[in-house]
Amino acid sequence: MMQPQGTQTEAQVAAIIDEFKALEGPLLPILHGIQEEFGYVPQEALPVIAGALNLSNAEVHGVVTFYHDYRSKPAGRHVLKLCQAEACQSMGSDAVAAQVKTALGIGFHETAGDGSVTLEPVYCLGLCACAPAAMLDGEVIGRVDADAVAEIVREVRT
Amino acid sequence: MTAIIYVPTDSGALALGADKVANSIASELETRGVEARIVRNGSRGMYWLEPMVEVATESGRVAYGPVKAADVLSLFDAEFLSGGNHRLSLGDPERIPFLARQTRLTFARCGKTDPLSLDDYRAHGGLTGLEKAAAMTPADIVKTVTDSGLRGRGGAGFPTGIKWNTVLGAVADRKYIVCNADEGDSATFADRMIMEGDPFVLIEGMAIAGLATGATKGFVYIRSEYPHAIRMMEKAVQVARRAGVLGPAVMGSPNAFDIEIRAGAGAYVCGEETSLLNSLEGKRGVVRAKPPLPAIQGLFGKPTVINNVISLASVPVILDKGAEYYRDFGMGRSRGTIPIQIAGNVKHGGLFEAAFGMTLGEIVDEIGGGTATGREIKAVQVGGPLGAYFPRALFDTPFDYEAFAAKDGLIGHAGITVFDETADMLKQARFAMEFCAIESCGKCTPCRIGSTRGVETLDKVAAGVEPEKNLALVTDLCNTMKFGSLCALGGFTPYPVMSAINHFPDDFAPRAVAEAAE
Repeated sequence: MMQPQGTQTEAQVAAIIDEFKALEGPLLPILHGIQEEFGYVPQEALPVIAGALNLSNAEVHGVVTFYHDYRSKPAGRHVLKLCQAEACQSMGSDAVAAQVKTALGIGFHETAGDGSVTLEPVYCLGLCACAPAAMLDGEVIGRVDADAVAEIVREVRT
Repeated sequence: MTAIIYVPTDSGALALGADKVANSIASELETRGVEARIVRNGSRGMYWLEPMVEVATESGRVAYGPVKAADVLSLFDAEFLSGGNHRLSLGDPERIPFLARQTRLTFARCGKTDPLSLDDYRAHGGLTGLEKAAAMTPADIVKTVTDSGLRGRGGAGFPTGIKWNTVLGAVADRKYIVCNADEGDSATFADRMIMEGDPFVLIEGMAIAGLATGATKGFVYIRSEYPHAIRMMEKAVQVARRAGVLGPAVMGSPNAFDIEIRAGAGAYVCGEETSLLNSLEGKRGVVRAKPPLPAIQGLFGKPTVINNVISLASVPVILDKGAEYYRDFGMGRSRGTIPIQIAGNVKHGGLFEAAFGMTLGEIVDEIGGGTATGREIKAVQVGGPLGAYFPRALFDTPFDYEAFAAKDGLIGHAGITVFDETADMLKQARFAMEFCAIESCGKCTPCRIGSTRGVETLDKVAAGVEPEKNLALVTDLCNTMKFGSLCALGGFTPYPVMSAINHFPDDFAPRAVAEAAE
């Protein structure tokens, strides 16, 4: 039996599919649209997409799981990405990551118990001349130091 | 005249507080009842001076930086709107040595103009390349690009004109121009800067590629880590469409060309061209075997030009000023200019466009000014996560595709990361393997499994477990990855690993023994 919530999700997913279906190669734009709507890609969206695009469930599953961006469950209210690539390493991104992990009590790919924040590594934000860099809810932050870490932690806790 | 104040909207400037500065200036203008226009320009690429605010005065542009929101009040008090003196005064930005020493062809407008003003773009020499191309035969456009000596700026250095010629010669009902804006290499931000600072130059370059090859549709595949670049390109495409630069009649010519912006989904390997094409098609970003070349069977099986952002953005100036003008810059088989990105632990980090041929030492020591921390430079990694680590002993290497290859390195997308003496090269070698393991598309066994075995083996070296034997194993593994992988991810990960081992052997010496000896 289909749960009522599933039905609603499916209807929302179908509307997003309709929006992008006419594009050439519409699968990634559809998945982006779904993630923007729900904050993640719900499992029940996959067969709906597969049906609409005439793909197998396995193909859609394969695509969703290939890309780092697509989440299988909701993220925290805030998403904090810390760049861990070489240019940031040269400016102490390891230490920044350690400070943030301690302050938030979570590691990479984890969400705080109160649902406030999800912490993720990212490999390059293109802010390599003002390293170390971070991104909080899509906003870029350069030259992240102890003060910036304190401010970020304050912000995600409110 | 109404004063014009420029506050960059480049991500790097935003990351350093440019929005706060712009807001403060706006509210101060209102408080003081002063009439002025704030233009959100791109960055000039001097990130130690960002946010760099510029004012257009009667005697030209005057710059101030790095400006914090808290400095705005004192800037007004110092009458910066008419170029008044302030402790953050930088004078004419183009006379700042870092900028004055450059040869800006591709980045000629970046940081000067309003990125979304087509009038501004035209006033600074934009669209003349496309206008000239529209009056030429496709074969002549291709010949001009070939004669310019332009090579793919994404890293592979393949001659752009030859690629275009293959697509021109291919017969098909539909052809594509795909711009690879999946700039994933650490230390690189040239693509981001041009998309955020001068998006029309990329649009113009793609339109020229369309005219040259008979392609009518273009895609710009931008990595999702660049949300600002994505938004800027989307807006710029709309502006270009409204002005008839894109659409059914490009610049009034009988040729159609339009562009669609697509966002990636966080996969480094999608910077590899065939993997990018699969991703655009809505598939897993798995690498394809070549042949068939994308120029013959690319996107959706159709002939496709796939070029890096900077390759395409360099085309307008070539069509405007001619193949010879461009070709006369550079050395050997590396012609024209290259936007070098100086990053990491460096005093003067930023974008430095110059003719090929400067030495690595000049770039890092003279232009970059040494490390930000003030310590000695230990190593510089050239070409991103797949590029080699160079010690000071190799700083005489000229910036040239062949010269770097001769030293077992690569230019790649021309990003340079500077590391000071605290860097641990074993850790860097391990990271190269770890990164490959995280980002491998999984198609080739040496890349998929070799990278993980590489991490484990380097961990054994670090733990002092049979270090000689294990280093020999890493060397053998690198050899297998180099020759047994389809693309540069598995194939080039050996560059950082082997260069770290070869140039910095002390960092791989057994640690327990080294400590005991102290």
